[in-house]
Amino acid sequence: MSVLVNKNTKVLVQGFTGKNGTFHAEQSLKCGTQIVGGVTPGKGGSEHLGLPVFNTMKEAVRETGADASVVFVPAPFAKDSIIEAVDAGIKLVVCITEGVPTLDMLQVKQYVDQSGARMIGPNCPGIITPGECKIGIMPWHIHLPGKVGIVSRSGTLTYEAVAQTTALGLGQSTCIGIGGDPIPGMSHIDALKLFQDDPDTESIIMIGEIGGTAEEAAAEFAQQYVTKPIVGYIAGVTAPKGKRMGHAGAIISGGKGTAEEKFQAFEKAGIAYTRNPAELGTTLLEVLNRRAG
Amino acid sequence: MNLHEYQAKALLAKYGLPVDQGELATTPEEAATAFNKLGKPSAVLKAQVHAGGRGKAGGVKVVKSAQEAADLARALLGTNLVTYQTDAQGQPVNSVLLVGNIYPVERELYLGAVVDRASQRVVFMASTEGGVEIEEVAQNTPEKIIKIEVDPLVGMQPFQTRDAAFALGLKGDQIKQFEKLMLGAYKAFIENDFALFEVNPLAVLKDGQLMCVDAKINIDANALYRHADLVALRDKSQENEREVKASEFDLNYVALDGNIGCMVNGAGLAMATMDIIKLKGGSPANFLDVGGGSNKEKVIGAFKLILADDSVKGVLINIFGGIVRCDMIAEAIVAAVREVGVTVPVVVRLEGNNADLGIQILSESGLQLIPAQGLNDAAEKIVAAVAA
Repeated sequence: MSVLVNKNTKVLVQGFTGKNGTFHAEQSLKCGTQIVGGVTPGKGGSEHLGLPVFNTMKEAVRETGADASVVFVPAPFAKDSIIEAVDAGIKLVVCITEGVPTLDMLQVKQYVDQSGARMIGPNCPGIITPGECKIGIMPWHIHLPGKVGIVSRSGTLTYEAVAQTTALGLGQSTCIGIGGDPIPGMSHIDALKLFQDDPDTESIIMIGEIGGTAEEAAAEFAQQYVTKPIVGYIAGVTAPKGKRMGHAGAIISGGKGTAEEKFQAFEKAGIAYTRNPAELGTTLLEVLNRRAG
Repeated sequence: MNLHEYQAKALLAKYGLPVDQGELATTPEEAATAFNKLGKPSAVLKAQVHAGGRGKAGGVKVVKSAQEAADLARALLGTNLVTYQTDAQGQPVNSVLLVGNIYPVERELYLGAVVDRASQRVVFMASTEGGVEIEEVAQNTPEKIIKIEVDPLVGMQPFQTRDAAFALGLKGDQIKQFEKLMLGAYKAFIENDFALFEVNPLAVLKDGQLMCVDAKINIDANALYRHADLVALRDKSQENEREVKASEFDLNYVALDGNIGCMVNGAGLAMATMDIIKLKGGSPANFLDVGGGSNKEKVIGAFKLILADDSVKGVLINIFGGIVRCDMIAEAIVAAVREVGVTVPVVVRLEGNNADLGIQILSESGLQLIPAQGLNDAAEKIVAAVAA
């Protein structure tokens, strides 16, 4: 078990024949993911990496029975690609693309929600259930099948949490990189719900950063609904106000969205947290030992 | 990307908003000419900088003659205006805007809009408390802020503007005026990918007409590819010099005031690296995300940027090689250190793909690079090296 993706998930690649689509599709295939083909308009009927290429998502879904897709198209075309996937009946769209205009995402998000589909990203590393399915760009070899669910706005910090939980032998059930944009398809709360309901996830690492109030909302949600142990971390304690720190969504605006407010929300909700990004794994281990003891 | 007041006003005028565009001047002579052209008994001269709080900082003043306009322009142009929103250096004043003095007015309202992350909507805010910071109003009298959420698939509807207009106490013909103004503002917001829009104050004149006295616009940087006309309005003199340079290398860089330079892949890890330096008693000099596709040119560019800051006494390189191979990164670091001639201590932490090979390359390079194992070790080593 796991959340959202497993060994049965059939994945289509949008922007399949491009440089990024090709490289990451190969990596996903290497670790056993069921990539069933891809879409590049105008190249339908050909083969790529030994898999069929289609002109449209409708055709690709019809022919392959895919239930998930991953979007590698450039930012100006991301909105079109996500909506095309959902329109074709895809239930999980993972958008890796960085730099999608915020107003595009406002429309996409509402469309996806109304269609009953799910979107992860944009500007994210994707989702992985170690040993079963990798949809995205994360290095699969650092993962270990296990019991920790990880959700994060940052790619490399997810890898940090993964490496630490792997080193401690805890392993991961599913890792979800929700991305660094202001309007993400999936939120911390969405991920917490899934992890809480997943019998194979026994604990959770939740990584946030400055900007917005999603972590505060997640802390409140966790206090009420999540019974599994959580360790929280927030990046950006030293970030100055009003400056965008790499991610489009990582900005303290109007004095709101500071790391301190988010740590306080963890404190208030009784969620364990660490201020040291090197101690995500060890803090979780302490929490688990405390519960067991 | 921020627009100047005069640029924002010109843009809003195209959408039918009642704005006081005035005359722009870049020399004292032009300021005098502008005053005469306005032909009013008095005018307001406003320094054009990317920062709020200009009035309190002496950047907005009433002038009563062409001579006064020229004198004030001479005093402001070429200087830096320091407001509560700028750093200690302030923002350079390269132009001033002269508008006719419409004061006294009947009252001052507020109109603004942002992309609200919590509701995932464009949200307009209107208030009867114009002329003061909206954050202040939100803090002290939040009930005086009228919020209008716009459905992204339907767009703003006229009834929503009427809801706001009546709540603001507007009357008669003003309701129609406000509807036109708000629908125009929404159209401008959507068509130009605004991230933030603010008219403060929105004046109600003695004759009952509405007038946008000031205008602030910020454009979504991710959308600039589809707005060549707006890109042309970018004023790099208002941005941090090293941050402008960084954008040329396709690097994300933010200057801070510490002394430990940071080079990291990934925005989240870059922030976490700054934080752990602080946690270990040091102080980061910058945020720098070299990105996923790091190559030799990018690493060299990053080194040059970091070292251009005189306060940097040491550098911490923190790379989590996911897809990127650490041996490639190590080679780029060695090449960059040789080319740039780094004289401060450099601590390198490489993790992930081919990390062992990368560390071997660094240790065999003959360069004074300090290898580190893990984040704690890396932060402790650079803090110690800088303190030594």
